[in-house]
Amino acid sequence: MRLKIPTNFRIVRLPCTGKLDLIHVLRSFEKGADGVFAVGCMEGDCHFNQGNFRARKRIEQAAQLLDKVGVGGERVRMYNLSSGEGPLFAQYATEMVELIKKLGPNPIKQMKQKKTDAAAA
Amino acid sequence: MIIAEKKPIEEIIEEVKDFDRILVLGCNECVTVCEAGGKKEVEVLASALRMYFITQGKEKTIGERTLERQCDHEYLEEIRGNIDDYDAVISLACGVGVQFCAEKYLEMPLLPGVNTVCLGANEDRGLWTERCQACGTCVLARTGGICPVSRCAKRVLNGPCGGSTGGKCEISKDTDCAWQLIVDRLKALDKMDDYEKVAPIKDWSTDRAGGPRTVTREDVKI
Ligand code: SF4
Ligand code: SF4
Repeated sequence: MRLKIPTNFRIVRLPCTGKLDLIHVLRSFEKGADGVFAVGCMEGDCHFNQGNFRARKRIEQAAQLLDKVGVGGERVRMYNLSSGEGPLFAQYATEMVELIKKLGPNPIKQMKQKKTDAAAA
Repeated sequence: MIIAEKKPIEEIIEEVKDFDRILVLGCNECVTVCEAGGKKEVEVLASALRMYFITQGKEKTIGERTLERQCDHEYLEEIRGNIDDYDAVISLACGVGVQFCAEKYLEMPLLPGVNTVCLGANEDRGLWTERCQACGTCVLARTGGICPVSRCAKRVLNGPCGGSTGGKCEISKDTDCAWQLIVDRLKALDKMDDYEKVAPIKDWSTDRAGGPRTVTREDVKI
């Protein structure tokens, strides 16, 4: 199956979405990511029972915190699909990229860039 | 263990906004287990503060450190060498740790990053409930191992009161009546005879009523 997916996102593999911690999401934004989406197995299908539920909670925590620090909680999302659903993955990736394009760049990155530009001028 | 809850980030920001170099100081014990002030929470708070101040166009240094305990001299001493690199410390330890740190570093503004709630147990994922109020004279031996001091709203020692209905306390339908639990357990232990005995007047001088408490152990003092 050859599917078209956007090229402007990077995949970080985890053994299970339960490995995802809040700090991983926050650090991505600190390092300049414009958005983060976690893709877990279908709810109820986690090999470790609760990994994807934990991930969902952490994505929710990240969203709340990002809202409060002025980055924007809408930049993070959790999706669930089964490993056989490649087309759905492509669809979610496209959806996410479109959302981020609408939201614009991560304000952290913008502020850092401004500083670098000011220093260079 | 001691149960604490994270303070809202808005409150923390308000407290630290005027400092330029801030150390977020965690504790590896109780607050780590109740997910309020361990290494992970230190990383998260520090990252959130950094992002907040960047979006505000402010330059701040946010340091991260987690000590084995903040309620022991030896561990608190570990930061003596670099505490002067900071203008304020947000301690994510329980109230004990925050105070002990403040006593040690007299001139350093110390701010609590958590609300210390109670002595409790981890009943379920995300659920911590009170079990003891450190009254100083434990009565669990005669109450079937269930504490009427911390778990009965009225601290009744010969209960239940008249408000006990269907196993629940009159303060809320979600709160078990401690005395119902005590009776159930005494029955299970076949010790209902204990229930019939009127409890003697409890010595409350060992509770908070007697002022701040200390434990002195001559047998271990050197
Ligand atoms: S009786 Fe006192 S020491 Fe014993 S569990 Fe209750 S509050 Fe704690
Ligand atoms: S209902 Fe039970 S727990 Fe509540 S105050 Fe009365 S005796 Fe205590």
